[in-house]
Amino acid sequence: MSEPQLTADAVDYMTDTRPIAEGPAGPGCAKRDPIVVADDVSRRFGGITAVDVEHLEIPRHKITALIGPNGAGKTTLFNLLTGFDTPNSGTWQFEGTNLEGMSSYKVARLGMVRTFQLTKVMGKLTVLENMRLGASAQPGEKLRNALFQGIWGKREKDITAQADVLLAKFKLDTKRGDYAASLSGGQRKLLEMARALMVNPKLVMLDEPMAGVNPALTQSLLDHIKNLKAEGMTVLFVEHDMQMVRHIADWVVVMAEGKVVAEGPPAEVMRDQAVIDAYLGAHHDVDLGAAGGVQELEEVLAADEESVVGTEDAGILSEESVLSEDSEILAVRPPDDEDDDGDGTRERRTGRRAADSPPDVVPGTSHDSRED
Amino acid sequence: MDFGEIFNEAIGEMVSPTTAAYALAALGLAVHFGYSGLLNFGQAGFMAVGSYAFAMSTILLGAPWWIGLLIAIVAASAFALLLGIPTLRLRADYLAIVTIAAAEIIRYVVTTNSLTKVTGSANGLAGFRQDFLRLNPFPPGNYLGYSSPDFFYRFFGWGLVIIFGLGVWLLMRSPWGRVLKGIREDELAVRSLGKNVYAYKMQSLVIGGGFGALAGLVFTLPRDVVQPANYGTELTFFLWTCLLLGGMSTVLGPVIGAMLFWVVLSLTQNILFGLIGVGALPWLNPSQAGQLRYILVGVALMLLMIFRPQGVFGNKKELAFS
Amino acid sequence: MRHIRTGRPACGPDRIAGLGQQTPGSTEVHIVNRPAPAAHPQRLVRALSAAGALIGVVLALFLALAPAAEATTSPSPAPSGSSQQEFPNSISGILRNAGQPLSGVKITAKGNGFEGSATSSPTGAWSISVPTQGSYQVTLDESTLPSGVKLAEGEKNPRTVVFAGTSNLSTIFAFGAGIVVHQPSFLESLLNRLVAGLSFGLLLALSAVGLSLIFGTTGLTNFAHGEMVTLGAVIVYTLSAIGLPFWLAIIAGLLSGAVFGFVQDAFLWKPLRRRGTGLVPMMIVSIGLALAARYVILFFFGGATQQLPGAQTEDIDLGVVSVSPNNLMSLLISAVVIALIGILLLRTRLGKATRAVADNPALAAASGIDVDRVIRIVWVTGGLLAALGGILWAYYRPGVTFNMGQQILLMIFAGVTLGGLGTVFGALVGSVVVGIFVELTTVFGLTSDLKYVGALVIMILVLLFRPQGILGRRERVG
Repeated sequence: MSEPQLTADAVDYMTDTRPIAEGPAGPGCAKRDPIVVADDVSRRFGGITAVDVEHLEIPRHKITALIGPNGAGKTTLFNLLTGFDTPNSGTWQFEGTNLEGMSSYKVARLGMVRTFQLTKVMGKLTVLENMRLGASAQPGEKLRNALFQGIWGKREKDITAQADVLLAKFKLDTKRGDYAASLSGGQRKLLEMARALMVNPKLVMLDEPMAGVNPALTQSLLDHIKNLKAEGMTVLFVEHDMQMVRHIADWVVVMAEGKVVAEGPPAEVMRDQAVIDAYLGAHHDVDLGAAGGVQELEEVLAADEESVVGTEDAGILSEESVLSEDSEILAVRPPDDEDDDGDGTRERRTGRRAADSPPDVVPGTSHDSRED
Repeated sequence: MDFGEIFNEAIGEMVSPTTAAYALAALGLAVHFGYSGLLNFGQAGFMAVGSYAFAMSTILLGAPWWIGLLIAIVAASAFALLLGIPTLRLRADYLAIVTIAAAEIIRYVVTTNSLTKVTGSANGLAGFRQDFLRLNPFPPGNYLGYSSPDFFYRFFGWGLVIIFGLGVWLLMRSPWGRVLKGIREDELAVRSLGKNVYAYKMQSLVIGGGFGALAGLVFTLPRDVVQPANYGTELTFFLWTCLLLGGMSTVLGPVIGAMLFWVVLSLTQNILFGLIGVGALPWLNPSQAGQLRYILVGVALMLLMIFRPQGVFGNKKELAFS
Repeated sequence: MRHIRTGRPACGPDRIAGLGQQTPGSTEVHIVNRPAPAAHPQRLVRALSAAGALIGVVLALFLALAPAAEATTSPSPAPSGSSQQEFPNSISGILRNAGQPLSGVKITAKGNGFEGSATSSPTGAWSISVPTQGSYQVTLDESTLPSGVKLAEGEKNPRTVVFAGTSNLSTIFAFGAGIVVHQPSFLESLLNRLVAGLSFGLLLALSAVGLSLIFGTTGLTNFAHGEMVTLGAVIVYTLSAIGLPFWLAIIAGLLSGAVFGFVQDAFLWKPLRRRGTGLVPMMIVSIGLALAARYVILFFFGGATQQLPGAQTEDIDLGVVSVSPNNLMSLLISAVVIALIGILLLRTRLGKATRAVADNPALAAASGIDVDRVIRIVWVTGGLLAALGGILWAYYRPGVTFNMGQQILLMIFAGVTLGGLGTVFGALVGSVVVGIFVELTTVFGLTSDLKYVGALVIMILVLLFRPQGILGRRERVG
């Protein structure tokens, strides 16, 4: 493929220190060797814009971290790039192939494979079957060949061997025959990552690989991610924890309110005022007691994967309904668990009277506690 | 009350062509729901399409049995495609509603008086099995207590169940079956691994629907008459009861479920009739006894789903959902 | 689709043991007197007061509009002249000459290998029970007419009648010299069907709103909703047949729906939610419940079609349209009740809580909303609305049968899907569209026994081109 050749003058991806960006780093800067290029990708849910990326390039053979506060549009961008969601506008290429309008399974076949924030393993299949499912080019997956083991038996053996190697690497080999449902949360994350590798991807996109994994496992997960790079893969991952990002990322892209606000090497980005603003300056409280709060809640929900607002199920919540002013029953705040980063300058807007504020978006507050 | 006879009748019910038809149709549902997670609430419609296609091509076109069979399968596949195209990209419950509606559309259309010449309206069509019966390899005589044609129907029906049961078993242990099971567990994850989920679901829908069409033939051929009243939504729900009774993601489950279903129906009916006959149940008349059985079916369906979703004989680990 | 887990300990079989009470084996008779669980008296009071308010409105409407219905027939609606055998389908009518009922007139029906006859009762009502739906030749024996009474000019006798998908078919013979049977023009029949369709659509909407609310708050596609519809009509019929005043029977009918909803939620759905049962299993449980409930009703009620008091009336002419008073009344009642529901949902605390639960139960619970209570109220209201829909449906068809709810269930689904699964206002719009469409297809040449097919086909087509329904939004239908 178009990958740089792993011949005599092969680059050791771990020690390659050539600059990643062409020219100075900054939002939307061009890369020396981009694997993904996105232009003007935007996605709106109802009235609010979840993603609005003017230009973004992901460097090949590097580990890129996508960071940003909750609701910054990171997962939505993942979904858009991998064909799991359709943008309102925009074009994007993977290794020069235009992906616009391509269905998600074709994107995966090109070598751009993702995992999910909420781990998706097939609980009622064994760990090994989960792995085999990831394999590509199995002729037995075609209905016309399925009845003839002669056709697919050999490939199945190869697949199993490949799976066993990966399982050993991820220390899941002892669980080989167990139902995936019996695995712990961290093991599921590992299985999901290992399964994605069965596809032989060029770009691995990990959505919060560290979320919900106990600290003991975190280090081994980080090592696995580094290994991916060593093996020539490109990694793009979503993460909240700046420390982890600093450890392994070669490049950091910061999103806030749907836009790329900064990018660059980790150390530089950490000093960037835009990043500090994005992380610390945003309003992390949605005070539903105040007018506009309910409005805000609705928008928060509309962009929430788990919520039905703004979807076809929104139903009785959908229309003007919730927007009416007398919101006495909803005088609550969303659960605090989303508040995972600097809360020093948290600003609470209590006591605002219904009359002072129009029921439409309160600027700067609408995206905050959206689950990303 | 003659318990010997009641028992014999129940055993006879267990191997009847109707039971074979239920087993085959429930096997189709197992492909749909047990293996792929598709909610087909219109299996009765697939059966109706199969039986009507066979009857109409035989009676109206004078087609030989094998053309009729072919037409039946093609019609059921077309029906599956028609239902699948709008719904397989949507959430599971859309398919449920569309299939149940489509099955009812079929039933309304074959019942309408404006098509009496083609479909026979409420009376249905009769007299289409002569050519099929020429296949009967058994000379007249007594086979295990059945006449030659009666034995042939059972042979045909259970033969199909065995062949297709084996087919499903082989399919489901192939990589193709693995993808289906993956889809049942998590569609998005399978898509993220580069599989065309839509195509797999469509294939599953067509295969299970084809089983439904064949089941329709097994059901109608011994009767030599096809009537719309037999293909109501309740038939579908009985098939679901069979499926859940035996266990949904196994090959033997739906077959055993269908047998169990008919044995229990036959036993309860005959025992109730016997009790009414000796005057033990003065508050019950025979038609109410029949209705009592259906109450039983409904309650059984609920209790199964709540307490033993893996089926009476199923293994909890094979459970398709929790 | 989402699971609702409350985090409370899963309930063991002892909790579910209440199931036996919930299965409708005992419903009709016992549940009405079921004492309220003592544990949550004030919740129940609140739930029931909402229900009570609804009942009050409905009743006031019935009483305001119903005197005609009460006056026309005795509370014993079974036509005395029914034929010997009882089949699930019937052909019926009322014979009246200049407002006076004609009794003792013999009518025969022949067709589908069956022949049956009936003699009209003192109220002029007649009904012939027939084994299958289909086409029949109906003959009025003119020699049995009272002297001086003649069929109107142009009245076909014998005539061919065709069942239109329902199990009851009525045919009217007009009498009197000089009366020419009026053949309505295309425009007239269009308008007539439009009004009838609106009436049908609104009664569908009553049930559909309940279904949609239940779907919205619990995610359950409730296949047993049709039986809630049947129950209301069956209770009204049964109670008025044993001589209870009409208004009391209506109250009891509405209450029966509410109680059925309450009992279902309390003893079936809530325990299942607690266990974390998935939505698909719950859907299948609702199918089992529907089967069981339908046959329990058949067990007690029998397979015959019965008429509610005042079911058969002459059309009244309102200039451009002629409409039966029952349809008109049904239209008004549904419209008022739906308006009320809309106001309740949009303007009250309860309505807002309901919408919050429908959106995100976990968040609603974290916000201090008692999710279980809201769902309970939704079930009670849904049952009440379904029962009301059932009573109106019994007048619309007309006739009460054990499977009337099953017949309307798919129309309700069609309405809900058409409007957008889970949207209450969508359910309303979808139902009205379905109702009007069903009635209009007959004007545009579709035979009446196919009129429900049109609605179902439209539903499938809508899914093909606009899966989110008319009012739904496009996001994440897949």
